[in-house]
Amino acid sequence: MDLELMINSFPKLLSAAVITLKLLSVSLIIGLFIGLLFAILRLNKNILINKFAYGYSYIFRGTPLLVQIFIIYFGLGQIEYLRTTFLWVILKEPYWCAIIAFALNTGAYTSEILRSAFQTIKPGIVEAGQSLGISSKIIFYKIQIPIAIRQSLPAYGNEIILMMKGTSLASTVTIMDLTGVAKYIISTTFKPIEVFILAGGIYLFMTFCIHNLIQLLEKKYKY
Amino acid sequence: MELLAFGDTGWGDELFYATLMTIAVSITAMIIGFVFAAIFTPLKLSKSKLSNFIANSYTTVIRGVPELLVIYLFFFGGSGAVMFVASIFGYNEYIEINAFITGAFAIGIISGAYSTEVFRGAVQSIDKGQFEAANVLGLGKFGKFFKIILPQTLRLAIPNLSNVWQITLKDTSLISVTGLVEIMRQSYIAAGSTRDPLFFYSFAAVLYLLLTFVSMKLINKLEVKYSRGY
Repeated sequence: MDLELMINSFPKLLSAAVITLKLLSVSLIIGLFIGLLFAILRLNKNILINKFAYGYSYIFRGTPLLVQIFIIYFGLGQIEYLRTTFLWVILKEPYWCAIIAFALNTGAYTSEILRSAFQTIKPGIVEAGQSLGISSKIIFYKIQIPIAIRQSLPAYGNEIILMMKGTSLASTVTIMDLTGVAKYIISTTFKPIEVFILAGGIYLFMTFCIHNLIQLLEKKYKY
Repeated sequence: MELLAFGDTGWGDELFYATLMTIAVSITAMIIGFVFAAIFTPLKLSKSKLSNFIANSYTTVIRGVPELLVIYLFFFGGSGAVMFVASIFGYNEYIEINAFITGAFAIGIISGAYSTEVFRGAVQSIDKGQFEAANVLGLGKFGKFFKIILPQTLRLAIPNLSNVWQITLKDTSLISVTGLVEIMRQSYIAAGSTRDPLFFYSFAAVLYLLLTFVSMKLINKLEVKYSRGY
């Protein structure tokens, strides 16, 4: 055990953990909107729209996240036309490419979680709303969405933790997140175990916090 | 299309072998995972607090730490650890472990943590009466396990194990960072030398989709086979 190395690299890893958290939170927020949108599309009765939403979630859940990041970061830059549009300002930054990939990926999983939550809502609840003369829009926003959110909390908590682990792939497109810095320290000092204990410990601590936060929310939204 | 030609002019045959490599690593990792699950599931179910603690630490740590970090640990620390063990036996030469073994082992440990949870859940959801009935019939420990508990566990575990398989299959893409030539690494090489990353990474995505699609079909068949009689 090289304690000195551990003490020296701890602050570096902590500041890298902030980048990991930033990546995680931004992509989760965007991903939640994508997920909600596609969950609604999935419940649409139009077969074409339905199939489109299903195809989206199938492709993003059936391929590794690494492929998705590489297609967006290395692949999209190849299209000449894209380079002339304003999108290029975003797509040339590895940071935003990673966030786009993460958001699309978590969006696919979130849409599945929300869809199954919407489907488990008892029809009686919606009918009760209708019989009270509430418009279907308000039934959706005030009744179905809150119930779906509560239903999907446990599964969504898992998804947050999976996504937090997924952000480690940002290090493959030159972003110095927690895993990126850990890999850098390992490859310069050749002390994998010490660095793994520190970086793994920070990740575990974040997992622990997310887990407890979700449990708190679950308790709050229980009926 | 000529980029995918077999032979010297295209990348078809390279990608084909890379796909076989991905399948081989996934299956090896899955089997290593089962070995870990076979060790840790009984520890999880045991009444001893110490065994529970050991098994819980394993699944919690592995499931809470990014796969990539585990792979780096094995990639950079693997040969060091083997050399340390070898030096105890008086062997001090440099030992290099091949990327396949490192990768399969790293992914296997991860997949094992998920499999352990699946098997624990399956065993726990078997009706208590089944254990008692086996006792009443006078079956020995082995008979009880292999004839009564295991078949039922498998039936309950297969749907969740198919999820574990999907995770394992996708995780093997991460081994590309260690230089093992599987789908992702081969696409990276091809993209680099043809300057056509969009095509090759999209093709890699198609290959992964194909693998997940075909394996789901096969697993569904297995599921039907194990749930006959229900």
